[in-house]
Amino acid sequence: MASVPRPRRLIGLYSRRYSTTPTSSTRLNLPIDYKSTPLLHHTPSSLMNTLNLPPSSTSKSMNLYTAINGALRTALSKSNKVMLFGEDVAFGGVFRCSMDLQTEFGSERVFNTPLTEQGIIGFAIGAAAEGMKPVAEIQFADYVFPAFDQIVNEAAKFRYREGATGGSAGGLVIRMPCGAVGHGALYHSQSPEALFAHIPGLQVVMPRSPSQARGLLLSAIFESKNPVVFMEPKVLYRAAVEHVPSEYYTIPLNKAEVIKPGNDLTIISYGQPLYLCSAAIAAAEKALGASVELIDLRTIYPWDRQTVLDSVKRTGRAIVVHESMVNFGVGAEVAATIQTGAFLSLEAPVKRVAGWSTHTGLTYEKLILPDVARIYDAIKQTLEY
Amino acid sequence: MAFINPMDTPGIPTYRVMDSDGVLVGQSRSELGFTNEDALSWYRNMLTGWFFSLYYDGLRPDADGLLTSRYGQVSAGEEGISVGSAAALTPDDVVFAQYRETGVFQQRGFTLKQFMSQLFANANDNGRGRNMPVHYGCAYPKTVRITPSPTSPMLELEWTLTEAQHTISSTLATQIPQASGAAYALKLQALQNPDKPPAIVACYFGEGAASEGDFHAGLNIAATRSCPVVFICRNNGYAISTPTLEQYRGDGIASRGVGYGIDTIRVDGNDIFAVYETMKAARGLALSGGGRPVLIEAMSYRVSHHSTSDDSFAYRARVEVEDWKRRDNPIIRLRKWLENEGLWNEDLERQAREGIRRDVLREFGEAERAKKPAIRFAFEDVYEEVTEEVREQMGELKRILEEYPEEYDLRGFEGGIKGLDEK
Repeated sequence: MASVPRPRRLIGLYSRRYSTTPTSSTRLNLPIDYKSTPLLHHTPSSLMNTLNLPPSSTSKSMNLYTAINGALRTALSKSNKVMLFGEDVAFGGVFRCSMDLQTEFGSERVFNTPLTEQGIIGFAIGAAAEGMKPVAEIQFADYVFPAFDQIVNEAAKFRYREGATGGSAGGLVIRMPCGAVGHGALYHSQSPEALFAHIPGLQVVMPRSPSQARGLLLSAIFESKNPVVFMEPKVLYRAAVEHVPSEYYTIPLNKAEVIKPGNDLTIISYGQPLYLCSAAIAAAEKALGASVELIDLRTIYPWDRQTVLDSVKRTGRAIVVHESMVNFGVGAEVAATIQTGAFLSLEAPVKRVAGWSTHTGLTYEKLILPDVARIYDAIKQTLEY
Repeated sequence: MAFINPMDTPGIPTYRVMDSDGVLVGQSRSELGFTNEDALSWYRNMLTGWFFSLYYDGLRPDADGLLTSRYGQVSAGEEGISVGSAAALTPDDVVFAQYRETGVFQQRGFTLKQFMSQLFANANDNGRGRNMPVHYGCAYPKTVRITPSPTSPMLELEWTLTEAQHTISSTLATQIPQASGAAYALKLQALQNPDKPPAIVACYFGEGAASEGDFHAGLNIAATRSCPVVFICRNNGYAISTPTLEQYRGDGIASRGVGYGIDTIRVDGNDIFAVYETMKAARGLALSGGGRPVLIEAMSYRVSHHSTSDDSFAYRARVEVEDWKRRDNPIIRLRKWLENEGLWNEDLERQAREGIRRDVLREFGEAERAKKPAIRFAFEDVYEEVTEEVREQMGELKRILEEYPEEYDLRGFEGGIKGLDEK
């Protein structure tokens, strides 16, 4: 029998808006139209170029949670070392990512754990140490902190301290929904990627779309020999719909993607804010006549410094955009690296557009997180510097 | 309405096979499931462990920086628990230890050279000089069986067991939920590959570590997922300076097992026969019915200081310690039994002690003279591959070392500055 999710974590997502809403005069901060954004593959034709797939591949239109569900199904059928577990995973997960998987693969490989994040990750590390490929789910990134000791002191350091014995927790993947959804307030909105990116030994990955999620997740499970923290922007679970190849493919980790080429400015981002960047770029290119390059980091750590530096050396200007707080965030590392690696090419200070250094108070969300207007303004200021 | 008062419940009894004079209690010689050779090797291993603690205590004078840097937790008084329980394991069983389980490593074949290499963090150390002393790790001999499956060629049925005795980390209790996960993996592998010999995980920790959240998480998850794991709690009365009265108010650790739905037993940790028998039975129980966890609470007394950085007479009476050392001690108890059986005497004891002493000192000297690992090992194994960022940092370190050679003494490291070059 399917278990019932606990009320504290059951949220009527996508149903209510607490923050500011657009008015008839709003030009920039309009809701993202996922049906028309150039970031998603609305037809199969563009897929082959970006993912290096053979022309014969078939694809299916799906949203982010179905793409993840499909990737997990592929992983579970490809190897019986793959296990899937966490809180409420058995009935399909509170975000439906593990739907039907227990029925298909059995309760030995897809199962619920007790409600204990430190237990889930400790258990996963142990299984990985014996050669399994555990995919552990933390229900919300906001609840990963009880497992911080296991992730930082154990998973990340496992291979290093084992040394010549050859032991590691490399088979481990930790999935967690992250980011804001409009009304998640303090404990259903966080993106702790910068905290993980400070820890050598971890790979931190965040996809921006269904096709990317499938390729990156399969890569994390089968190609990475390191523990991977896989963060899924939950606002995209249902909203982002695109064509996803049906066959097996992977997207390399530690490799950024230039989504849109440009000459005057480079924007570096990852996850959901890329859609905001794309909208801001469209508005700025129209209004200011500039050409802006957009880069998706995809893997936040260890990150693709070369792609970013090559771009900034060409454009001379850079903005980093992320949802989590600006203080000591990913933007700080990216900006510092640009300052060191492309100093002579810089024509303006590197700008950071990120969440303000506060908590995500329920009713203030839209004022706290980066939006199209703030990114547009940053483009304008950086170009006019 | 009736509240359950824990004081009304009788305490969990302690299982014993021989008394403090080495005389069997309610059991006959023929019922003991081991040979004379087994008992003699256990005794030898415990004695070696005892020598280790003397060696550590001998290093306590802290005027010499080199000596004090050899920090480590010592196991004296608990040799019966570690040697006795490890003797009941098979080579396929996986061990997660805390740090006071030298005897487990000894019993499973960790050599003096390996111990000393780790303590001196030299080039022969499995841990590549990265861990503090006593954080042993061992690629223990284990079987890797490969069985191709004709029915499902899609499925990987090739298990690569990385090692069977995981490297110790300082973080207390983190190994407990890991042990549950490892045990679950062994259970799954056995289900998927019937040719794989059945194996359990043995997980060791002290009564202080049992206060951590990971103890709760690990036991609960082991129970709900029916994991073949044996948890062995060494209740030695102290966590550094904290006596058990400040650690818990229930009936020790054993009483908690029942609350998690786990088969539980309390055993006399100074009685190696009782520990061995208990572990052997627990192993069988853990593998029965598709897997189940077992909790063993082994009662002992930490006769040594907590570690070389600790002077335990600051919080307990010397007389109390001396009393335990003299009156009840796992080594003396087994020696008495061996003497009663005519297997041991004063001459053999003297020869054994001299032999062990000679071996320890020889390996000590060799380990001390050995080179440190190459300095590239400071950077390797963080990830499977060295990252582009770190390769750049290695280059930067090399530049600094070349620019300021007088600031760094690299003579002790294998290859000196060349040791930074990637293999």
